[in-house]
Amino acid sequence: MSPSDDRALPGTIFDESAILSIKDLSRMCAVDERHIVEFVEEGVLSVVNVSSEWHFTGEALRRARLAVRLERDLELNLAGVALAVELLEELAQLRRELNARR
Amino acid sequence: MEFKDYYKVMGVARDATDAQIKQAYRKLARKYHPDVSKEKDAEARFKEVGEAYEVLKSPEKRAAYDQLGKDYRPGQDFRPPPNWDSGFEFSGAGQGDSSYSDFFDSLFGAQGRAGRGRGAGTHPGRGEDHHAKVLLDLQASLNGGSRSFTLRMPEIDAEGRLVSKERTLNVQVPKGILAGQQIRLAGQGERSPGSGTPGDLYIEVEFQPDPLYRVDGRDLYLELPVTPWEASLGATVKTPTPSGNVELKIPSGSHAGSKLRLKGRGIPATPPGDFYVVLQIALPPANDEKAKAAYAALAAALPFNPRASLGV
Repeated sequence: MSPSDDRALPGTIFDESAILSIKDLSRMCAVDERHIVEFVEEGVLSVVNVSSEWHFTGEALRRARLAVRLERDLELNLAGVALAVELLEELAQLRRELNARR
Repeated sequence: MEFKDYYKVMGVARDATDAQIKQAYRKLARKYHPDVSKEKDAEARFKEVGEAYEVLKSPEKRAAYDQLGKDYRPGQDFRPPPNWDSGFEFSGAGQGDSSYSDFFDSLFGAQGRAGRGRGAGTHPGRGEDHHAKVLLDLQASLNGGSRSFTLRMPEIDAEGRLVSKERTLNVQVPKGILAGQQIRLAGQGERSPGSGTPGDLYIEVEFQPDPLYRVDGRDLYLELPVTPWEASLGATVKTPTPSGNVELKIPSGSHAGSKLRLKGRGIPATPPGDFYVVLQIALPPANDEKAKAAYAALAAALPFNPRASLGV
């Protein structure tokens, strides 16, 4: 528990500052690139344009993996996935606010 | 090993149609999916349902299971006869990354899992990335420091079977991590099948409830009890903050719910969050003559109708 534990594995925050290519994201979610494009078109994922190529943040990885799980496990179509991801995020936000009031 | 009644798990009759099985699966999956469900044993139930569906949705697997299951009751000790599955050809890849029960493995073994595992777009020679979720105490983000996490990881053992392995990792938590963010541990994912690079491990963080502070994104909130006169007249009171106690100036004319902001004293992310103090008015108990007299004197000196806005 001590902050100066040298044997501890160094962790890095993987967040908005992390930049992923569509190739990275497709590999990390184990879906093909075409599918990532569909997620973007459906508004599940947003793109950061660093150059002319598409790039994604670490947050997109979390959303993309959630979307893949929902799609596969609940046999949802793309529009259903997009709606579910949005509603889940709204639900999480409401739960946080509810907890704050308790 | 116990015999598993997949029909009972899915809540369908033994002669259920494919459509009924699919419908039952979808209903149960929505109820128990770990991303959606708040049920306590959601993850275990979801795995069970997924395993049952894997068998019942495939005509070949279902036929084999029915053939074998004729003489068994759920919970009964089960041993598959040698070569029982000859004559059945298993097609169709399993999906998902959950590990199935020993019962499933003894029936469908490696064939049942054919095609699962390596997903599309995987680089040859690179181990797959692993993902996990952990509950972290807020202090770890505020101060950094190392924490031990015990994670369950699916692994392919020497015989090529998928097994669930526990491992404990001692991780240097990056200071300023926020709920929902991921900690990346390079090289801690799946070992490479060849001599290539191992995959990475991503740990998604949620915070345990903190006894003092409420977390909202990168901001922290503290409910600070003050007396009516501290709020009305103003005061300087000792207040805990993540970086130690401070003397906080309460402006005169404050009321319950007043919010005081200490800029940059929230979670030390980039940019750092703010620290908010929300005032609560604590009333001194009127449990002796002296206190009652003081309240009475205040009532006499201060005509005040707190219900004026209600029209009464």
